[in-house]
Amino acid sequence: MSGDFTEIWVYLSTSPLLGLTLTLLAYQAACWIHKRLGGHPLANPVLISVALLAAILLLTDTPYATYFDGAQFVHFLLGPATVALAIPLYAQWPRLKAMAGPLLASLIAGSLTAALSAYAIGAMLGASRESLISLAPKSVTTPIAMGVAERLGGLPSLTAVLVIITGILGAVGARYLYQWLRIEDHAVRGFAIGIASHGIGTARAFQVSEQAGAFAALAMGLNGLLTAVSLPWILPWIETLFAH
Amino acid sequence: MLSALTLLLVYQLIGEVTVRALGLPVPGPVIGMALLFLTLMVRGGPSDTLRGTASTLLQHLSLLFVPAGTGIVLYGDRLGAEWLPLTAALIGSTFLAIAVSALLLKALSGRSTQAEPRQ
Repeated sequence: MSGDFTEIWVYLSTSPLLGLTLTLLAYQAACWIHKRLGGHPLANPVLISVALLAAILLLTDTPYATYFDGAQFVHFLLGPATVALAIPLYAQWPRLKAMAGPLLASLIAGSLTAALSAYAIGAMLGASRESLISLAPKSVTTPIAMGVAERLGGLPSLTAVLVIITGILGAVGARYLYQWLRIEDHAVRGFAIGIASHGIGTARAFQVSEQAGAFAALAMGLNGLLTAVSLPWILPWIETLFAH
Repeated sequence: MLSALTLLLVYQLIGEVTVRALGLPVPGPVIGMALLFLTLMVRGGPSDTLRGTASTLLQHLSLLFVPAGTGIVLYGDRLGAEWLPLTAALIGSTFLAIAVSALLLKALSGRSTQAEPRQ
């Protein structure tokens, strides 16, 4: 009997089927919990799914690479989903165009704040240089952030994790911050969360309204572009500032 | 559904090829998004199928970040050793960036137009 079980486990642990199925199951469970708790932002579906899957991998001693063999099929859809952001962007274009000046100013200020404050806080509390460089691009979408971190001497895969945590933090906390700051406009709410919390913030914004989602998508795309171009220039300057 | 998904993949493919051919610092899908946006401007909007497929895909955008997020298991040691600076930096900078962007945008765009019902 136990021999059969080992055989089944050997099959499952080498086939991509398990990683893929577990990802979908964990996400559906997370959505169910999210719904049961009345859509509470703390019950963020990404946060719950990642916690469930990480626990399963650690408990069953499964390497992340094995899991990713299956999960990569879900991961792959990020590409077409990014392209699909053109559709809500098009729908909101008249309003986006009308606000072009303020949006640009907000983008530059927000992008600089994200990179500078992450580096500054990390440096003051004694993070290693590799970690600091991996932190700097963490507000932009995963592929850009990883590319930037790699070019500047950070750890791309650590950046990927910091990017995801940043996204979850924004998705979970932005609502309380907005209430406190009395920010009501969905365009403003969406744009700010898109700058600071990229795709996960954008996903959260789409749950709130299509307008918030479109502004978040625009901010995410623009901050990705801006950071990819500007961080390689700005980082040496930040590093001199905090050199000890 | 299938034709819309194919269209999205074709734009992604064009994006990836463009990025590599020109050595651009942005990911292919972002260029694909920009090109699809330009196409929509020229054509005067998406077809119903494209709109439907995009909205289905974007409704489950959160799901697509789960595999990368689970990569956190690889960094248990470092996150453990540097948890204080990393946690403080992530929390502080995320909320600072949201606050700065939102307050500046609100101030510059004047009265908040058409405030919608709260989320």
